Amino acid sequence: MTEFIILIIKLVLIIAVAVGMVPFLIFFERKFAGFFQSRMGPTYAGPWGSLQSFGDMAKLMSKEDLVPAAADGPVFRIAPYILFVPAFVSMTLIPFGPMDVDIFGYNVDLVVSSFDAGVIMFLALGSLAVYGPVLGGWASNNNWALLGALRSGAQMVSYEISMGLAVVGVIVMANTLNFVDIVDAQAGGFWNWFFIPQLVGFVIFFVASIAELNRDPFNLAEAEQELVAGYMTEYSGMRWGIFMFGEYVNMVVMSAVISTIFLGGWRAPFEFLDVIPGFIWLVSKMLFFIFLYMWIRWTLPRYRYNQLMDIGWKIFLPLAIANLAVTALIISVV
Amino acid sequence: MAGHESHPTAPPKPRATPEEMRERKRLSRQRVSDDSEFITVSMGPQHPSTHGVYQAVVDLDGEIVVNTRPNIGNLHRGVEKLAEVKSYHRFLPLTDRLDYISSFAMNHAYAEAVEKLMDIEVPRRARYIRTIGDELCRLSNHLLWLGVHVMDFGAQTFFLICFRDREYVMDLWEMLCGARLTHSYARIGGVAADLPDGWVEKCRAAMEFMPRRLAEYQRLVEKNRIFLKRTVGIGIFTREDCVAWRVTGPSLRATGMERDLRKTEPYAAYDEVDFDVAVEYDADVYSRYLVRMKEMYESCRIILQCLDQLPEGDYINQDAPSQTFPRKKQVMRDSAAMVQDFMQTFRGPKVPKGEVYKAIEVPKGEMGVYIVSDGSSIPQRLHLVTPTFYHCQATPALFEGEMISDVVGIFGSVDIVLGDSDR
Repeated sequence: MTEFIILIIKLVLIIAVAVGMVPFLIFFERKFAGFFQSRMGPTYAGPWGSLQSFGDMAKLMSKEDLVPAAADGPVFRIAPYILFVPAFVSMTLIPFGPMDVDIFGYNVDLVVSSFDAGVIMFLALGSLAVYGPVLGGWASNNNWALLGALRSGAQMVSYEISMGLAVVGVIVMANTLNFVDIVDAQAGGFWNWFFIPQLVGFVIFFVASIAELNRDPFNLAEAEQELVAGYMTEYSGMRWGIFMFGEYVNMVVMSAVISTIFLGGWRAPFEFLDVIPGFIWLVSKMLFFIFLYMWIRWTLPRYRYNQLMDIGWKIFLPLAIANLAVTALIISVV
Repeated sequence: MAGHESHPTAPPKPRATPEEMRERKRLSRQRVSDDSEFITVSMGPQHPSTHGVYQAVVDLDGEIVVNTRPNIGNLHRGVEKLAEVKSYHRFLPLTDRLDYISSFAMNHAYAEAVEKLMDIEVPRRARYIRTIGDELCRLSNHLLWLGVHVMDFGAQTFFLICFRDREYVMDLWEMLCGARLTHSYARIGGVAADLPDGWVEKCRAAMEFMPRRLAEYQRLVEKNRIFLKRTVGIGIFTREDCVAWRVTGPSLRATGMERDLRKTEPYAAYDEVDFDVAVEYDADVYSRYLVRMKEMYESCRIILQCLDQLPEGDYINQDAPSQTFPRKKQVMRDSAAMVQDFMQTFRGPKVPKGEVYKAIEVPKGEMGVYIVSDGSSIPQRLHLVTPTFYHCQATPALFEGEMISDVVGIFGSVDIVLGDSDR
């Protein structure tokens, strides 16, 4: 029974972190955009405008829940949730600290599920998230939304392959599919982290994750200048808000996964810094990647659709396979 | 007299001949398969990238545009008809609302045409001020264009960077005539007011500062691989196409045609300053960008020269009291000037019978004004030959065979403003 209660507490905490970060990420994004564009960003709501996201949320919730007459109602309604439920599930795979910690006399593993096929599970859940944009765009019964959905589907499916192959290098090195064991394999300081031996895989994974997240320069699915709002064209009010919310939750999860696989997860860069809890290390690494995503978004123009596909299939896929082959060769020889 | 020499540097060899460009265009159109069903989407009038209320109903084969049906007129205000019920002076503020991005150039085009009809002289100082005004318009128009054009490719920060520097030009306008967007600064026979105190120094400082900023933009844009991938070799519109569809301005000059009315039919003070016509040879989106970039440098150069050579004298013609306004300062002191002001305001100018066409080079292309006069103070017919109208009519030729993502960039690269097209 205690185990069950501990599990529930951990789940609630994980979801609270993933959800609770989102309003502040939106605030950061707007503030960073302001800095990059030599303007202020939000300033009125709360100190430095930090409560802006809550005001936005209140506005979105008070709007009418509009379903277009020509839309496929049930699918249209459920599509936004499909985008972010897999993200929450992925979050349960990420370890936030060491196993068997003594908290108030209870032995607690600081991970919701130490799942032996964790990486596979993460990739599978990532594939499920594709259904959100695709179904939403299809059910909207709008040509712009349809184009956005098609782009999104093709893009996410093609980049998943490079992404998956980029992780395999790490899996070969760590000899496990479990996120907890991957973090343990990186123990002992930042020179043991996988981003050094797997630099190619790290770069491929990071770029592919931008494509997975539908962010600039790969945000073709909602390319504002081309497709109005892509698959979100017909969405308004809180359903649109949930789509946006889902994208930010996905960003949190993706940055957590990159940190865990390539940057040692909750481990400190030097062993003497272990006094600082692992949780703080993980979150700071996540924030680093989230900042990178934002920086890239507000700097670069967007690729064209076929150029994006070219990069995915003609550059990243061969590169990921070569990286895997070289890694496997070195591992088997050494 | 400077200004009539040919291009100082030998033109670089074009990367492709016009025939090769046509061939490339033909091949790109062949990508469209014949037996597929098309998706029809309506780009506009509320699409984020049609830069106004332009509508293009496009048929898509996958991502490739097959048919385009352009639709303008959502901003129609009947400007040409309004001209037939207003005196020549009173119509001038309406010309602001044509191309509201560069409204002084519009004032100028109209004033030039009316002056040609009345056959009155513009004082030399006024011609210099008009030249400065035209080039300030070109600068602010191209800065806005550049920001929006890069934003069409998804880079949102660049838009605000361009806006930041456009403020310098806007501040100059505000100081000059009180308005930032709709200037109404030209008058028949001159300009509305003399340059205010300290304006010349402020303008010179801004124009000496601007090229540094432009160089920064060039670094930002021309070293960006994504931007180059999206623009080089995209949206080729050959010289023949341009002539056939009457596409003028930077888009025409990007095909290697050295046609610039400032050089070929000099007006205002353009024959007294030294400048180069910006020409590029590749006829693609990137060439159009380069032409505008060069033009901005040239604009700064022209303005600095005008400021150096600025002559003393009147800012508005004082020899034709039945056709022009008096100097504003005199109106309350001199009874003759007061009567002149009253008559011009309430009765309008005396205009000879006849018809006239006058075109000048505005930032977006060639802007012509055609006036038929029956001898009254109201035009019998006034026709505005605006560049955007022709750029919009060329959209099917520009779009078809291109991908929907490129369409946005191509459309941006010809530079349109709907107030200009719909009138």
